[in-house]
Amino acid sequence: MPRNYVYILVCFAVIYAIRVLPLTLIRRPIRSVFIRSFLYYVPYVTLAVMTFPAIIRATDVPAAGIAALLVGVAAAWWKGSLLQVAAACCAVVFVLELIL
Amino acid sequence: MNETKKTPSVFWEGVRDGIPIALGYFAVSFSLGIAGRSAGLTVAQGMIASVLCMASAGQYALFTLIGASASLWEVAVVSLITNARYFLMSCALSQRIDPGMKNYHRFIFGGVVTDEIFGISIARPGYLDPRYNYGAMAVAIPGWSVGTGLGILMGNLLPGRIVSALSVALYGMFLAIIIPPAKKDKVVAGCVALSFAASYAFDVIPRLATVSAGTRTILLTVAISALAALLFPAKEAAENA
Repeated sequence: MPRNYVYILVCFAVIYAIRVLPLTLIRRPIRSVFIRSFLYYVPYVTLAVMTFPAIIRATDVPAAGIAALLVGVAAAWWKGSLLQVAAACCAVVFVLELIL
Repeated sequence: MNETKKTPSVFWEGVRDGIPIALGYFAVSFSLGIAGRSAGLTVAQGMIASVLCMASAGQYALFTLIGASASLWEVAVVSLITNARYFLMSCALSQRIDPGMKNYHRFIFGGVVTDEIFGISIARPGYLDPRYNYGAMAVAIPGWSVGTGLGILMGNLLPGRIVSALSVALYGMFLAIIIPPAKKDKVVAGCVALSFAASYAFDVIPRLATVSAGTRTILLTVAISALAALLFPAKEAAENA
């Protein structure tokens, strides 16, 4: 149905503008200490908010999600790479859901 | 700050770090595809939507609206709300762009500022190297769109246990990004703990739970980051941001 493509293009246009406008319009270092500090904290807060409690809702068994969270924190604490931490979380869920 | 390193391996570093992202995307987009299937999208439409939008909550909302035959106006407004967090992420990234970077890069990698690609690119020291993003995009975009297409095509064929295990890959990556800086910087650690607690409160307190996940992310990000910036103007932010 061609109308679906129109829907998709509208969604794409909005998302693209949201993502690209700040990158093209903000051309110089921001001087304000407050804004700089704010932007420094943004990534950590955003990712933390999206991680919890979503991680315990993502699995079939909530306990497996909690275990994945603990294992993920531990693996990241001991300097696991992105792939290692992600794989550890998946493995814990897979094994626990076999048992539980 | 040093000049951005120009070695061919930067692209492959992006590919390497993009692999767990692609795996996680595959699982998430597979379930997104199942939602697209019930909204009446074809495999081609689902895959095109995924390549263009690269947004989980945003596309889920899009597919739901398509299924409900909503107006284009509604699609525009809902897309704005469900994806507004990318605006903050791009503002943060804008401070890490080498002033000498060619303009067209901003238009290419900027279009694919996803939660995860933002996470891994901000975690690297110094200026952004667009080739790192291109490496990550080279695996993440196919992972996301093929997953969506297969979800539409196959529905519920993939065993639930595998989908369940893969679905935590994204969160594992988020942890790998936020925990090491939290170990070094107590304020970041405090932000992470407060974010977990506040996000949990929004999830379980009935009145707050009606706020959508996208809006919750924006509200809490602005509130907690602003609080931290007021109380602890970051020394490191002055150097790195």
